[in-house]
Amino acid sequence: MKSSRLLFGYALAYLAFLYVPVLVLPLFSLNNSAFIAFPLAGFTTRWYAGLADSALQHALVNSLKVGIATALISTLLGLTAARAVTRYRLRGANAALGVISLPLFIPDIVLGISLLLLLGTLGLPLSLASVVLGHLLICVPFSLTVLIARFEGFDRNLEEASADLGEDGWMTFWRVTLPLMLPGIVASLLLTFITSFDEFLVAYFLSGTEATLPVYIWSQLRFPARLPMVLALGTLILAVSVVLVIFAEKLRNQGVKKPVVGA
Amino acid sequence: MSFLSVSKVSKAFGGNTVVDAVDLDVERGTFFALLGPSGCGKTTLLRMIAGFETPDSGTISIDGEVMNAVPPHQRPTNMVFQSYAIFPHLNVFDNIAYGLRQLRLPREELRRRVETMLATVRLEGLGGRAADQLSGGQRQRVALARALVREPKVLLLDEPLGALDKRLREAMQIELRTIQRKVGITFLLVTHDQEEALSLSDRVAVMSGGRILQVASPRELYQRPNCREVASFIGEMNFFHASVKDIGEKGVTVNAGLLGNITLPRANAANGIKTGDTILLAIRPEQVRVASEGVTGEIITQTFLGERSHFHVKIAGRTAPVAVSGHPPPGSAVTLAFPPENLIGLPSSD
Ligand SMILES: Nc1ncnc2c1ncn2[C@@H]1O[C@H](COP(=O)(O)OP(=O)(O)OP(=O)(O)O)[C@@H](O)[C@H]1O
Ligand SMILES: [Mg+2]
Repeated sequence: MKSSRLLFGYALAYLAFLYVPVLVLPLFSLNNSAFIAFPLAGFTTRWYAGLADSALQHALVNSLKVGIATALISTLLGLTAARAVTRYRLRGANAALGVISLPLFIPDIVLGISLLLLLGTLGLPLSLASVVLGHLLICVPFSLTVLIARFEGFDRNLEEASADLGEDGWMTFWRVTLPLMLPGIVASLLLTFITSFDEFLVAYFLSGTEATLPVYIWSQLRFPARLPMVLALGTLILAVSVVLVIFAEKLRNQGVKKPVVGA
Repeated sequence: MSFLSVSKVSKAFGGNTVVDAVDLDVERGTFFALLGPSGCGKTTLLRMIAGFETPDSGTISIDGEVMNAVPPHQRPTNMVFQSYAIFPHLNVFDNIAYGLRQLRLPREELRRRVETMLATVRLEGLGGRAADQLSGGQRQRVALARALVREPKVLLLDEPLGALDKRLREAMQIELRTIQRKVGITFLLVTHDQEEALSLSDRVAVMSGGRILQVASPRELYQRPNCREVASFIGEMNFFHASVKDIGEKGVTVNAGLLGNITLPRANAANGIKTGDTILLAIRPEQVRVASEGVTGEIITQTFLGERSHFHVKIAGRTAPVAVSGHPPPGSAVTLAFPPENLIGLPSSD
């Protein structure tokens, strides 16, 4: 039918629009020329070899530090908030959730500038810690969303059943709550890590002298000769991100199946 | 003091009294049912016994020990939850073994205990089955086995058969009774199904609006309900207004309007009835006789239910038709007799 063919064409165009730019990255990262232009000049891995650069590695380590700290703190905060929201009927819970999720709707550049001003006013130095702070604002809503969904599919009686069967609060957490929450926790850790690792704007404003990887890449774009190396780096980051996102989504959806009977 | 004793226990949620000064005494080794309509506070009472809710006042004791300050994980009770609450990340074996961890049994002993329990609830060979691959009936058995394997002093069951279909429910009722006899543990079962309560238990407490109305054996409850609410909650009952004329050696003489003057045995009248009181006379449909002398009426409906067939008779001067068990005689007119020994006198609630 005509309309279905049209739809198919549209889907194809859409996918091309989404992925062709992304595929340009690996393509030119393997191209044996310093210029990003067709026709291709032959295969090389020398841009990848050029990644062994100490400033780059320092930036990578910075990004890993920030990403891991952000992921851990954000997931911990998300965990406690999600538990409170789903377990108790709190007054103002919805309002609180709204306030927590607000940074999702504030442009990152506004967030970056306002944090910069705030830190300046308070006289605090810019550092990786301030980047973590900024990333937490962005990441806690993600953690919260993933973890609330997880807690909501969780029969409250399970923890009571554990207590009933003789386990105290700590053992109940260890034997019931944690195993059931684990997929949600891992998904939250991965999502927030990736978000922080890829984040540029807030990091650009708050990192000071300690560049994170995206900030470092940005700084390298000034030197045309370094561009293919940046492409190589981008390709690696892309590959790792894709693997992590797929893993996180898989975990998130592999849910506790709802019981067949009862509520 | 009895084995499980609930004394003057009350509980309110946000100003709503849900359990109201409840007294309950359950003897060791009995199958005790708590029967009441939905929302009357049964689950709340059970959760207080298990330790998940704290009573606002009153005491709960088990085997002579006051339980009020004992946390759930240290109480000698185990519960079969209304939702079963099977651990979804554990298989059947590990679900049943969950509560045995603290005993630190040798591996062989643990296995033996769990397998014995699997056999008791007739789930032999299903130990390795994942929790989400169980049918409703199987989940119910796992929940039961998981609680029983700890050999609690009191087993609490919150509408354990409510989620099962009718046939499975009836089969499980028989099994539950058999298992209780076999293990000899005190069972406290909550239900809103009167047939379930009557057929399963040694004693039944009828609850309504947070209060206990009557505690008695199933037979006594059926034959001698102590108030209108219990009488109409359990089976069908015909009621007549009457006034008490005389209370004598032989019995209680009442004037029951259409039925005339009747003298019923003393034991058939509830305590506290005095001469001059307006009371209710109650009689079960199967106690009403079709006779040659008595009150005449007209058959208005009849329902064929095999063994449990019944018909309704409209009597002039009375709004509610009289329900009678059995098959109606031919013709539309019928004469009914109400044997005095089967009439009971209840305080009139209004
Ligand atoms: N945690 C709670 N907070 C507020 N109200 C509650 C709470 N638990 C129970 N209630 C209320 O107390 C009343 C009795 O509840 P309960 O669960 O004990 O009834 P039930 O007899 O078990 O009913 P059902 O047969 O439907 O299970 C209900 O009106 C219920 O809304
Ligand atoms: Mg209930």
